Amino acid sequence: MPAAQIRKILAEHARLPVDVETLPEDANLYEAGMTSHASVNVMLAIEDEFDLEFPDEMLKRSVFESIASIAEAVNALQSQAKAA
Amino acid sequence: MTVSAERDAEFLADVARIADDVAAPNADDVDRNARFPSETIDALREAGGLAALIPEELGGLGLDFRTVAEACVRLGRRCGSSAMVFAMHQIKVATIVRHLEGSPWFEDFLRDVASDQLLIASVTSEIGTGGDLGRSIAALTPAEDGGLAFEKQAPTVSYGAHADAYLTTLRRAPEAEQGDQVIVVSLRDQTELEPAGAWDTLGMRGTCSPGFVVRARIRPEQVLAAPFSDVLAVTMVPVTHLLWSHLWLGIATDAFDRARAFVRAAAKRGGKVDGPLPQAVRLSHLMSELSLLRAEVRSALDEFMADDARERLSTMAGQLRFNNLKIAASEQAPRVCQGALSVCGIAGFRNDSPYSVGRHLRDTLSAALMIANERIHNTNANLLLIAKEV
Repeated sequence: MPAAQIRKILAEHARLPVDVETLPEDANLYEAGMTSHASVNVMLAIEDEFDLEFPDEMLKRSVFESIASIAEAVNALQSQAKAA
Repeated sequence: MTVSAERDAEFLADVARIADDVAAPNADDVDRNARFPSETIDALREAGGLAALIPEELGGLGLDFRTVAEACVRLGRRCGSSAMVFAMHQIKVATIVRHLEGSPWFEDFLRDVASDQLLIASVTSEIGTGGDLGRSIAALTPAEDGGLAFEKQAPTVSYGAHADAYLTTLRRAPEAEQGDQVIVVSLRDQTELEPAGAWDTLGMRGTCSPGFVVRARIRPEQVLAAPFSDVLAVTMVPVTHLLWSHLWLGIATDAFDRARAFVRAAAKRGGKVDGPLPQAVRLSHLMSELSLLRAEVRSALDEFMADDARERLSTMAGQLRFNNLKIAASEQAPRVCQGALSVCGIAGFRNDSPYSVGRHLRDTLSAALMIANERIHNTNANLLLIAKEV
């Protein structure tokens, strides 16, 4: 399940002032206090964890604004990789 | 020409005339006395210039963004401070026009800006945020009458004392995180500006940008509904860097023109010589420096005007592109001005000569500091870790 792995990465890299486990999947991570700088570390850790690369058109705020949107992006890239 | 292209050409002709007849003769006095270029701004008002980017259906001129960028170049060639005031106002207008999302209050506000040629200033920088526009300390706070209030410590508010309205960035609410921001517009009679210091600077003296403590009381409908991060990425950052870099290009172009006039005069005086004058060769070197600046500024404008630009601007690659424009143009413009100084020699160093380029050099030295380049490098360093194509 990507969501659980994403939570683990967020706990390690997002430097949120709140406990990641208490956040709903659709909570806005930036509003929860994730800075742009921290979000890049989250992106790098996700690329590493799932062995994928986000193309430039996915590297934008809306893709990384919630656990649900990150999971959706990871799923999309994984199914693309399988189809190829 | 189509009707709209004709209107754009007419406006540029107006701006060129205002630049030559009004901005140029006042530029030295504006600079020496660090005073607001009110003659130039009033003349631009007469030409409808403060509504250049407002759509026609809201009473504006509805001009192409390229026309406004070119107007910044023309004004920059005659008075850097006037060009900066014009540019900063257009940045605020573009921010509202591109993100008002049908809000009746903001539509009415733009109608007033167009009909009364209101000048909009911005209260974006804040003491304690280290120049990071993506963070705010001051918060929008509910007031007892159902309205909203704020107090913000602004280290600089360009032409703050001369503006008719203010665009301010704030935390959304007292409990919001520093990055959870909104944009609000307050009118002059809703806003109190308590001066905090003077504006006696090396350059851009006519922008009159001292610090203020800004307090305002507004209605909830004066908060722009669009997500701040989107407004910042899609409009505020690229439009700011584009219009600033166009006016820096204007200043550098005039410094080059003065160097060229100096070399021509020297060549005429010198009579018959075998081979070019040393200053003429230096001028040729300078031309290639100026063309680099022009190429960077123009290509960034083309990318911004592309059909798919809005989508790309919200990506990190888009952010890097316009950050790069800012850094490159802000370093290249003073380099050109300094090159012009070395061509003109003491005639360029004097303040009372037709070849004087001191003001040009001083004005463009502000470029690297307005949103400090080092801060932008810090952001880029981070984005480069993850962006793929740059």
